[in-house]
Amino acid sequence: MASLDTGDGGGHKKGPGVKKAKKLSTRVDMTPMVDLGFLLITFFIFTATVTTPKAMDLNMPKDPEKKDEEMLTKQSGALTVMLGKNDKVYYYEGQLKEDASNFQTTTFKGIRDVIIKKKKDVVAAYNPSAPASAKCESEAGKDEKKLRDCKSQDMFVVIKPDPECTYKNAVDILDEMTINQVNRYALVKISDVETQLIKATEKAGGQ
Amino acid sequence: MPSVKIAKKSTDTDMTPFVDIAFLILSFFIMATKIKAPEPIRTTPPHSVSSKDLPVKEAIYIVIDDQNRVFLNIPVENGTDKIKSIISNINTARGLNLTAAQMDNFAKVPMVGAPLSQLGTLLSLSDAQRAKVIQPGIPVTDTLNNELEWWVGAARTAFAGGKLKFMIKGDEKSKFPTFEGVVNALRKNEEYKYFLVTSQEQAPAGTEMYNSQQRGDKVQ
Repeated sequence: MASLDTGDGGGHKKGPGVKKAKKLSTRVDMTPMVDLGFLLITFFIFTATVTTPKAMDLNMPKDPEKKDEEMLTKQSGALTVMLGKNDKVYYYEGQLKEDASNFQTTTFKGIRDVIIKKKKDVVAAYNPSAPASAKCESEAGKDEKKLRDCKSQDMFVVIKPDPECTYKNAVDILDEMTINQVNRYALVKISDVETQLIKATEKAGGQ
Repeated sequence: MPSVKIAKKSTDTDMTPFVDIAFLILSFFIMATKIKAPEPIRTTPPHSVSSKDLPVKEAIYIVIDDQNRVFLNIPVENGTDKIKSIISNINTARGLNLTAAQMDNFAKVPMVGAPLSQLGTLLSLSDAQRAKVIQPGIPVTDTLNNELEWWVGAARTAFAGGKLKFMIKGDEKSKFPTFEGVVNALRKNEEYKYFLVTSQEQAPAGTEMYNSQQRGDKVQ
């Protein structure tokens, strides 16, 4: 006869032949769940995009309509950087000499020091009493950052990428301008004299 | 004398906290992951210290791949009517005689990397077939026949009055003349401001930018 086991066992005799209901554990084996959880975690870690692309601004100047509209830069503050193939960088300060004695070769690691040194020189040569400096300083007022920029306002970097250089090189050098806070720079077409000089240097270097 | 009984310990561990943590991390990754639309052309952008986010709307991508091929990619976020207006603009400007069906086909997958002369044949294919075709890229290096110029012009007309942004997404291995060709095409259309797509890196220690970040200057 089916009856509920009241548990008191009052009227029942305990002993052999009396079946006892098996106590089931309320615990669940969580191992498969953990397995699945970590499988999904690994999947999402791998698909997650680690670096989201960022945008870098590039402003190009308008084509000057007349020749005399072209910006004139001070000789002392000009630095011309040329990008060659195999990540080589060539540079000269001021104007290129006839005998090309100031034409130098470096790498992307070295160019930063060149820019830093040039900037230091420009700041050292800063003349606060010159009319241009006075104008800049009065415009800057008390803004410390602007005042610092005034000191290096004569600094101008001309970037001339050779047809052999890569897009990465161009972005790297533009980035170098941001890193070293050079405010005035321009991307300019390379001249024939410069391409020939680069070719000659490459030959001499056995490349 | 009763012997000391060592209590029998269960080898079972309570896994509940473990599961809790696992699912917490899991939910974090699910939330943080952005499902990215598969890119038609794979490019590895160069690194830069720039930290600006990419605009999504009113943006047109000019992609340069590692073989110096140029593609024009108009994200679908721009809206179908804009994309249709671009293709119809270029159709009338260059007299391509594209059919309405071909233009609709373009609006479905708005990515092109072929000279204008091949555009008709390309757009007659189905989407799946089009994905398989190896496109030669839009010609840009020839200064007399810079076809990207027409595309940029068509896009500018379509977005007239809006703030259309041109994004240049170059592969780091692509050569400079291709990039120059792209810039020339934009310049001919009087576009002087572009965004270069890069992946971010930190400013190297000891440089001026690093110092000003430490000082907390505002960086433009």
